[in-house]
Amino acid sequence: MSEAAVSEAGPTPGVDGLVDDWSADKQTYHVPWGKAMMWIFLVSDTFIFTCFLTGYLNVRLTTTQPWPPQSEIFALSFGGDPIPLILIAIMTFILITSSGTMALAVNFGYRRDKVKTFWFMVATAAFGASFVGMQAFEWSKLILEEGVRPWGNPFGAPQFGSVFFMITGFHGLHVSAGVIYLLTVAFKVRKGHYEKKGYEIVEIAGLYWHFVDLVWVFIFAFFYLL
Amino acid sequence: MSSEAGQQHPLGIYYKIWVLLFVLSSFSYAVDFFNIQGGMRWGLVILFMLLKAGFIVAIFMHVMWERLALIFTILGPPIVLLLLIGFMSVEGFYTSGTRYQYMGHDPNAVALTPSDLHGGEHAEEEHVEEAH
Repeated sequence: MSEAAVSEAGPTPGVDGLVDDWSADKQTYHVPWGKAMMWIFLVSDTFIFTCFLTGYLNVRLTTTQPWPPQSEIFALSFGGDPIPLILIAIMTFILITSSGTMALAVNFGYRRDKVKTFWFMVATAAFGASFVGMQAFEWSKLILEEGVRPWGNPFGAPQFGSVFFMITGFHGLHVSAGVIYLLTVAFKVRKGHYEKKGYEIVEIAGLYWHFVDLVWVFIFAFFYLL
Repeated sequence: MSSEAGQQHPLGIYYKIWVLLFVLSSFSYAVDFFNIQGGMRWGLVILFMLLKAGFIVAIFMHVMWERLALIFTILGPPIVLLLLIGFMSVEGFYTSGTRYQYMGHDPNAVALTPSDLHGGEHAEEEHVEEAH
């Protein structure tokens, strides 16, 4: 097995490769260090968000007051009857769209197409910013019109407010940080900073962005739909 | 497919996954829109959620093309979180059970909706206008 470990065709694939990667006295992960570090960060962030969602699970199970009806609370009316959860659905589609544009930016980065990479990253950041804007709208509607507070609300279990503000707030903070991160990398791409270094940085920024989308998939399901 | 050469794949797969994520999101929104309740709601929402999460991680985050050493590092540790979720739900059901049993709360209480609150206000305003 060992003689095949570093052949000219690259490291051994599959389970043999797994054994090689871990047993040889050398670098384990065949990725740029920045990418490995981003993955470590994302795994730790997974733990944070799962702890929040598990905390939500626990307070929702143990509260003796009825849980407020999310579908009606997050309904929005465009002139006619309120449409249930419509703003959240739009936010979900916006975040998915931004994940798509990010995937394209990564691809064009590796093709060394600076202009397209720049514009797809800017588009991704713009979708992210509009997501945060809608979240600000949602928060102010909930706080000012419905009177939801972290310690209580007029509908039912007071834990609803604390869970809502903590989880969506922490996610919104991630999106906001992502917008800044993406714009920073995008402008450096346009200036040609990565011509020599390579365009892995676009993929690393992309990993962070897709993770933010991934977290929203779980928040959308557990907080808004169930 | 070595990562050192970068994750370079045809654009087609990204477009397909993109469309698929839109479709799956529409499905989970439809579950709420058509007011499906009970076990069916939980089953469908969690199914669409896991499919979406799987496609994002596998394709958009390129995990399916990574080497096993990295894949296990990414997907291994979060498995212990399932244990946490399991423990906390067992504990949660026990706590709520004892609260309902010994503290006199009503397990069938129904939450108020925005229309209960705002609808009530409007009804009152109309009533006041009539009185004048």
